[in-house]
Amino acid sequence: MNVRLTSLLLGLPALLLAPMAKAESVQLNLTRGVTEISEKVYNLHMLVFWICVVIGVIVFAAMFWSILRHRKSRGVTPAKFHDNVKVEIAWTVIPFLILVAMAVPATITLIEMDDTSDSDISVLVTGSQWRWHYSYLDYDIEFMSNMATPREQIYGRLPRTENYLLEVDRPLVIPTGKKVRFLITSDDVIHSWWVPEFAVKKDANPGYINEAWVKVPEPGIFRGQCAELCGRDHAFMPVVVIAKDPEDFEAWARGEEQRLAERREEEQRLLSMEMSKDELMEMGQQVHMSYCAACHQPNGQGVPGVFPGLVGQGIAVDDQRAHIDVVWNGVSGSAMQSFRNTLTMREIAAVVTYQRNAWGNNTGDVVQAADVHHFSQGNQ
Amino acid sequence: MSTVVTDTHSAHDAHDHHDHKPTGIKRWLFTTNHKDIGTMYLWFSFIMFLVGGSMALMIRAELFQPGMQIVDPHFFNQMTTMHGVIMVFGAVMPAFVGLANWMIPLMIGAPDMALPRMNNWSFWILPFAFMIMLSSFFMPGGAPAFGWTFYAPLSTTYSTDSTALFVFSMHIMGMSSIMGAINVIVTIMNMRAPGMTYMKMPLFVWTWFITAFLLIAVMPVLAGVVTMVLTDKYFGTHFFDAAGGGDPVLFQHLFWFFGHPEVYIMILPSFGIVSAIIPAFARKPLFGYASMVYATASIAGLSFLVWAHHMFTTGMPTFASLFFMYMTMLIAVPTGVKVFNWVTTMWRGAMTFETPMLFAIAFVVLFTIGGLSGIMLAITPVDYQYHDTYFVVAHFHYVLVSGAVFSIMAAAYYWLPKWSGVMYDDFLSKLHFWCSLISVNILFFPMHFVGLAGMPRRIPDYALQFADINAIVSVGGFLFGFSQLIFLAVVIKAAMKKGEPAPAKPWEGAEGLEWTVPSPAPYHTFDVPPQVK
Repeated sequence: MNVRLTSLLLGLPALLLAPMAKAESVQLNLTRGVTEISEKVYNLHMLVFWICVVIGVIVFAAMFWSILRHRKSRGVTPAKFHDNVKVEIAWTVIPFLILVAMAVPATITLIEMDDTSDSDISVLVTGSQWRWHYSYLDYDIEFMSNMATPREQIYGRLPRTENYLLEVDRPLVIPTGKKVRFLITSDDVIHSWWVPEFAVKKDANPGYINEAWVKVPEPGIFRGQCAELCGRDHAFMPVVVIAKDPEDFEAWARGEEQRLAERREEEQRLLSMEMSKDELMEMGQQVHMSYCAACHQPNGQGVPGVFPGLVGQGIAVDDQRAHIDVVWNGVSGSAMQSFRNTLTMREIAAVVTYQRNAWGNNTGDVVQAADVHHFSQGNQ
Repeated sequence: MSTVVTDTHSAHDAHDHHDHKPTGIKRWLFTTNHKDIGTMYLWFSFIMFLVGGSMALMIRAELFQPGMQIVDPHFFNQMTTMHGVIMVFGAVMPAFVGLANWMIPLMIGAPDMALPRMNNWSFWILPFAFMIMLSSFFMPGGAPAFGWTFYAPLSTTYSTDSTALFVFSMHIMGMSSIMGAINVIVTIMNMRAPGMTYMKMPLFVWTWFITAFLLIAVMPVLAGVVTMVLTDKYFGTHFFDAAGGGDPVLFQHLFWFFGHPEVYIMILPSFGIVSAIIPAFARKPLFGYASMVYATASIAGLSFLVWAHHMFTTGMPTFASLFFMYMTMLIAVPTGVKVFNWVTTMWRGAMTFETPMLFAIAFVVLFTIGGLSGIMLAITPVDYQYHDTYFVVAHFHYVLVSGAVFSIMAAAYYWLPKWSGVMYDDFLSKLHFWCSLISVNILFFPMHFVGLAGMPRRIPDYALQFADINAIVSVGGFLFGFSQLIFLAVVIKAAMKKGEPAPAKPWEGAEGLEWTVPSPAPYHTFDVPPQVK
């Protein structure tokens, strides 16, 4: 680290002088991206950048010339002029014309970016603290996408791997060569769905739907993250998109639909099956770590005044039905969301069992999927 | 502009006879003297600058390396929020009000501000506002953690109870600002010395005059939007909640309708300061005085028509995006006129480079860099990529730190001899300048790159490809932070009257009424108005 830091500091002037130089692994310029639109955005960025550089160079050159030459120590006598209408008109009109030159391509590109018509497939993207949910409107597919980087890496107990903070358990999969329309919304606070390589960044506003689109020419893996401050774990809400050839995509989609259908059947079948307490505790701990620990903390202590603790107090030791209710329905007017569409009944049963028995809660309660099912029936 | 003073002797003679004032704490609590109040504003602002700065250092310490090392993400969000709030409302704005208090009466030949009791009140409610705000750190859940922009519903449904303290302290700050602005307007309109027509006013007076109107226009909007946040959270309204027929984006429209003029409130007085200092040390009249006035007024007018350029990604109609893009680009024209005027003022002058001039030159260069990145940000399609990244952080720190804060430093060095009666320590002041200049660029310049490469703002942890640049930025941050202690030393030394006695006019090329009174300026000045030709 120290060696690297020293070499960086020594290299800093070079960094500053050659902002556009391609250093070995450090990206210094805007992502060029992979789509036609992102290429246009990149070119627009470079156009405006160079115009700004030229203006800057001219202004600063005049200024530094003056600083070097027109100094009292050289014995100059100051001029007396303080007005010149012609010059003043010129430096009002010329910048205006330069701005028009930038506005024209910007307008054309913007109109193209905002045109979401004639899309081939649509994906509903829903942000919630702190994960993305993807639902394909043309297929029977939906799933949650959570960050896959383990806490041990964040807190330095394990070495950090290549895609640190930019990896998810279930990436979004889209076909290449098709116009994919994203319908973007949120369950709770405002998030922003951003993939730099698509030049797509759109806010996810709760209660409203925004649109964006992409047409990816080649297969690949693209990474981004949430761009709008959305609470405690805003930094831990990555986006990963995999673009596949249309045939591969169709195969994936069919497989996924089948897997989802099987899971639903399995879920129904398992409703009548009891799990042992140990099985429930093991599964419950995993669920707690993936879905609950961000707020309630891995040790269940919560964050005082922000997220309630679950140890020795509140729903985790009181009425079991109320506990299931909170996980199933969420708590309106708070950050606690409903998990009925996120987790299976088995997972809800497991996490409730876990929270009622972990960290010294020891209520001895065992909740089965059937109990959750029973609750859901009574609830509707 | 030419302000020639003919008869100031009578004013001088009247000075020393009646500066009766209470001593000790009572002098400061009950004072209605514009100089005392200006001094208190400036000290308050500097203390807040150090408080907000130490929060920035905590942010930079956490971001020095990838991973979470020092603070919890929730506390990190409290730091970014409070850093922003304190720097904007506690450091930059009170500093300008302090300068206005000290200098506007001296520049227009008035004996004091027009409404001296209100002046006392508008200062003394400020420390209480910030005590309320800072006390929220001791609440369960800590201080506000939703960013200084407090977007709903993160600040309503999803916030802790510190929101209530945040709202009330914002109300108090708003009242303070509005009273200060009314005072400035009334003073300038009514108390100019005979012969001081509007188009003879120094530009610092002009820019503050326009700033005061901006304050009166937008502070009530801020008060309205914080009240809506309060009622949404506690009294069952749904202004920003779609479930009750509201709209979270409405919050952003209201906030930025305040917020964008607010950023000009923080930069227009800087333009006035720099327009005073550059001609003084170039020994040449300001180029294009009238166009400077008109440019300032146009910037102020346009500032009400550009707010939604902060919101391009919220899903506005294409037509609205285009309108706000064009309006924003248009601001570059009057801003450019100002920069060209300053450069032309230097052209063929006879320059010397005392510390105020060094800060003023650094202001012109670095503010221009911030302005150019502002043009890049105005281009909507590219803003989709820049928005909410470190590119934006770099942009607004260039205009606010190396812009507004540098101009305040320049002003402090320029007028310190007038305030204290002694010359500041030249060596320390130059050391302060060079340390600040170098470190501020190590701090903010690389942020452009890391932002372009895709690092979002307001995150406590980041992907590995951003590590090297963040390490550099953090080093710059600590250097810049500690450099400001040199400034503290310079000011304390001058306040203790350690230094060469300053003449009435310590700068050869300086112009204006403030240089016609002795240094330090007597407690009462211009009891008899001077005549301006």
